[in-house]
Amino acid sequence: MTSRTISVGALARVEGEGGLEITVRDGVVTSAALTIFEPPRFFEALMRGRAFTEAPDIAARICGICPVAYQMSAVHAIEDALGVAVTGPLRDLRRLLYCGEWIESHMLHVHMLHMPDFLGYAGGVEMARDHCDIVRRGLAIKKVGNEIMTLIGGREIHPINVRVGGFYRAPRKSELRALGERLERALEQALEVVRFVAGFDFPDCARDYVFVSLRHPGEYPFNEGRIVSSRGLDIPAREFEANFEEFHVQRSTALHARMRHGDDPYLVGPLARYALNFERLSPLAQEAAREAGIGSICANPYRSIIVRAVETVYALDEALRIVARYEEPEAPHIAIEPRAGVGFAATEAPRGMLYHRYRLEADGSIAEAVITPPTSQNQGLIEEDLKSLVGAFLHLPEDDLRHRCEQTVRNHDPCISCSTHFLRLDIDRG
Amino acid sequence: MERCVILCVGNSDRGDDAVGRTVAALLRDAGAPEIVECPGESGAVLDALEKAGAAIIVDAALSGAPPGTVRRFEIGGDGPPLRLNFGWSSHGLGLAEALGVARALGEMPAVCVLFVIEGESFAPGAPLSEAARAGAAEAARLILRELPSIRRSAAPLFSTGGDMVGRGDLVGPCPQGGKIL
Repeated sequence: MTSRTISVGALARVEGEGGLEITVRDGVVTSAALTIFEPPRFFEALMRGRAFTEAPDIAARICGICPVAYQMSAVHAIEDALGVAVTGPLRDLRRLLYCGEWIESHMLHVHMLHMPDFLGYAGGVEMARDHCDIVRRGLAIKKVGNEIMTLIGGREIHPINVRVGGFYRAPRKSELRALGERLERALEQALEVVRFVAGFDFPDCARDYVFVSLRHPGEYPFNEGRIVSSRGLDIPAREFEANFEEFHVQRSTALHARMRHGDDPYLVGPLARYALNFERLSPLAQEAAREAGIGSICANPYRSIIVRAVETVYALDEALRIVARYEEPEAPHIAIEPRAGVGFAATEAPRGMLYHRYRLEADGSIAEAVITPPTSQNQGLIEEDLKSLVGAFLHLPEDDLRHRCEQTVRNHDPCISCSTHFLRLDIDRG
Repeated sequence: MERCVILCVGNSDRGDDAVGRTVAALLRDAGAPEIVECPGESGAVLDALEKAGAAIIVDAALSGAPPGTVRRFEIGGDGPPLRLNFGWSSHGLGLAEALGVARALGEMPAVCVLFVIEGESFAPGAPLSEAARAGAAEAARLILRELPSIRRSAAPLFSTGGDMVGRGDLVGPCPQGGKIL
């Protein structure tokens, strides 16, 4: 028997710190393990005893790339516990803020983290030297996402303007309208990005994924919807824990997650959202996807870069729609009184579905908080991807093989910092 | 005259990481023009440097040097290579990576002087240390002295390579290379 260990000591271009160890026996990948060693951060415990009004600002600190997702899941879950619903222009502003985060996060991942894999560069800075215009275009689109974040959220990282019940300040109509021209230009550029990335040389593969995402009756999901799967699951957020469970594995400081009924790992994120909600994309985004040749379901994880670009088109299109119809709300937030209760919510972070549950005391203090981030949910599936896909690359020289392993992880844009939460790769070939 | 921007980087809620913001306040009080403050997010750094003919950048450092040490680097144009941590984490896309992208895109100002001030503690919510405060005052003094020359000319003014130019009332060699926070 021949065996081989492939080891990546520091997985590049993922968010957070972790390693990867792959074992090969007689030319077959027998195991793949993400070894996440970033220290746990105990955000759920940090929440206990704090006022419900503090949750959005504490949750935002979980991630510098997707703070809006953490804020949105927090406010929706707490509002569920308090029996209130935010509607009208305030709801639209929440969707607009989410548009900003998707644009910012997707363009960062597409251009600086994932694209170097396809164009043969060690990283985004090296790629930028030879592809100035491509990188400039990506950064220009990202900048518009930042501008939305700054206008609605108060600043581009860790927004400070989000509160349970709405916002501290609602923007003036004129402020939103001022974004219009830049959004339209960014939309044209995003369509160019879809066409550009669709021309990359992708490994030919398709995985039989169990997709899980939100689905809303009339919208591509950001803030609201039922949790659905490609295997027929259809539940409200309050039934998440009855259908999914987090569990500890010794090699990882981030909890894994699995479905309680069924052994297969499941996938959350752009590929899942897209497959389960294609018809809810705007006509322009659907057309861009068709032109890119990915159909209504994309099961090739390497093509996720196209789906992120399509979702960016959607986010810009949706932002334009919201900006065009925005009317200033009577008040920036609705009045909320504390009461005892339990609330549940799931929203769609750029890298996948994010679940929160809060139990509140009568005075509004948080007695319990449960947060299940997308990367926790995807860890098992990333390991399955490695086991399934890396076998095709074992003939490659060690450095190239290591690169393919890292690329396979980056397909899913994991945010290890959120889920704990870098990657070290060890491949054991015996 | 080309635009000259003073970019002060730091997080006011992370102890001595706020030292760049403290320098901004001192420079503003002294009447210095076009001061931009940001927490170091790469997009904001690139925006600040856009179309600037000259730039002064101020940030905290953690290198093992004595707290409060002020060091000066000339990094304009095609200057010496920057040590990047890029590739580890997109959470770590900070000042060094943004400057790397700016240089790759040909958008680095022809004259760009980086001042870094050694921090002592970067604990969340911690106040600025006395050493960092002294370093901020020294950095502000040095910047104000150099600012007229930088605004007048895009030509390099001092030696390159990160010479130590002052630390409060102490001057001495820097024990090791610095990591920009």
